[in-house]
Amino acid sequence: MAIARLQVPSTVRAGEAVEVRVLVQHPMETGFRREADGRAVPMNVVHSLVCRLGAVEILRAEFGTGVSANPYLAFWIVPPASGELVVEWVDDAGAKGRVAAPIAVS
Amino acid sequence: MSRRLFLQVAGGLAAGAALPAAAQANRILPVQDIAPLIEKITGGRPIDKRDVTVELPSLAENGNSVPLRIRVASPMSATDRVTDLHVFAERNPRPLIAAYHFGPAMARAQVDTRIRLAVEQRVFVIASLSGGRFLSGETHVVVTSAACIDEGI
Repeated sequence: MAIARLQVPSTVRAGEAVEVRVLVQHPMETGFRREADGRAVPMNVVHSLVCRLGAVEILRAEFGTGVSANPYLAFWIVPPASGELVVEWVDDAGAKGRVAAPIAVS
Repeated sequence: MSRRLFLQVAGGLAAGAALPAAAQANRILPVQDIAPLIEKITGGRPIDKRDVTVELPSLAENGNSVPLRIRVASPMSATDRVTDLHVFAERNPRPLIAAYHFGPAMARAQVDTRIRLAVEQRVFVIASLSGGRFLSGETHVVVTSAACIDEGI
């Protein structure tokens, strides 16, 4: 289970824009690297990441090998309603991760 | 030997030593043709080179993690909004770095992330707008310590 951080204000005034920041701990192996004994390290990157608030999809991202290790993503949203902000991702090995934070719109 | 002469000689040697390394890196990682990838996004429709700001440090010390901010001048209203961003680096082994698809709750057409850059190159972003229009922007970055070119060197 990958470790991740999701930062977002817990309370938001209606119509206000807030910044969402996500940091996923993942090596983002490019497949170009080799171990000390010469074996190639297979490519394994978080290829897709989705951010949802309730049932509403806010942002979907597809990453290649050009995204740094421990992928970081920040963006601005206007939460349409209170709910749980969920970020989910999948890597090439099929490992899935999820991190969530509640948002209250007042 | 005078200080001035020493500096001139040393500078000449350093420049001479640096050039083949740079040339070699360019030989290993040539500019890849991203036209087919762009074609797939735009379907051959025209791209306006405006309103997309690609913010990168002009000199990146470490290509493994280069902070990138993309901003598109867009009202992000229901009818006039940015729907997708595609980020390219032509001299990376895999030129498509990332794609972002924006839902209706996005407040701004802006994302911040950190990317890998193999060598000094241009980073090119295409923004897809609602209504089938496309904008683009680019920035040139110098990378002193490259990422992901262990192979073959």
